[in-house]
Amino acid sequence: MSMNSRWLPMPIHSLLLLVVWLMLNGSLSPGHLILGSILAICIPLICAPLQVPQPKIARPYRAIRYILMVLGDIVVANIQVALLVVGPMRRINPGFVAVPLDLQDTLPITVLASTVTMTPGTVSCEVTEDRKWLYVHVLDMPGDEQEVVKHIKQRYEAAIKEIFAC
Amino acid sequence: MNFWVELLISVLLLLGGVFVLVGSIGLIRLKDLYVRLHAPTKATTLGLGGILLGSMVYMSHQHGYLSIHELLITLFLVITAPVTAHILAKVALHHEVAMMKRTRNQHHVDTARSQLPPQEQSRDKD
Repeated sequence: MSMNSRWLPMPIHSLLLLVVWLMLNGSLSPGHLILGSILAICIPLICAPLQVPQPKIARPYRAIRYILMVLGDIVVANIQVALLVVGPMRRINPGFVAVPLDLQDTLPITVLASTVTMTPGTVSCEVTEDRKWLYVHVLDMPGDEQEVVKHIKQRYEAAIKEIFAC
Repeated sequence: MNFWVELLISVLLLLGGVFVLVGSIGLIRLKDLYVRLHAPTKATTLGLGGILLGSMVYMSHQHGYLSIHELLITLFLVITAPVTAHILAKVALHHEVAMMKRTRNQHHVDTARSQLPPQEQSRDKD
């Protein structure tokens, strides 16, 4: 066990590196397997000291469902933004909102901020130092700005909380 | 090549092209940096997604095995697009970039710049 953690401090990252290396080269030849394995062992060894402890993904099944939901939302976002961009400019009513965060760790907040950027009408701008607020720029603000906050919190933040069980 | 495969590839490429075009039109038409951020982060993701899917179908059909490079490109794109947008927005906040006059809640910019919690502005002020 100690050997394992000494040579493979980040086993999931190592596996990911190997898989990505093989995918990039598009081959399963022994040469690439060996080279990929060497990279998959060396890079985590160098990077391990930089690691910041993060909460574990508690429910992988939920994570997959979340990814599919976000992919669907990206398609919707694209069509919405396309219509707004091509349509008359006076229909665009931009604005800022501050979304109160329940998440505390950096990884879940990063996931939420990225999701907010990729999904309809919102781009995340800044997180406050105490990690309690996320500033979001809204492309087309509805009359009641709390709608946006509620949407982000219910649709995305709640799901992320479940995935990381925090 | 099979007609239906060709049709599928063409549709994917055209769809992708349209969305990339819309993203670029957005860059020209939209009025300030914050609003402009929305066009390339979103329209381009689906646009490139369509083009990459088309490429994937074409390559898989030509070579007879599943081509997965494109999936990697999509993955990198989905990871980098929000980060780029975030950094650009952050820079804009610090440079106090001019924004559309009707942008609501402009007071948030001042606190966001110093990463401070938002200050509730009294309703009667604005």
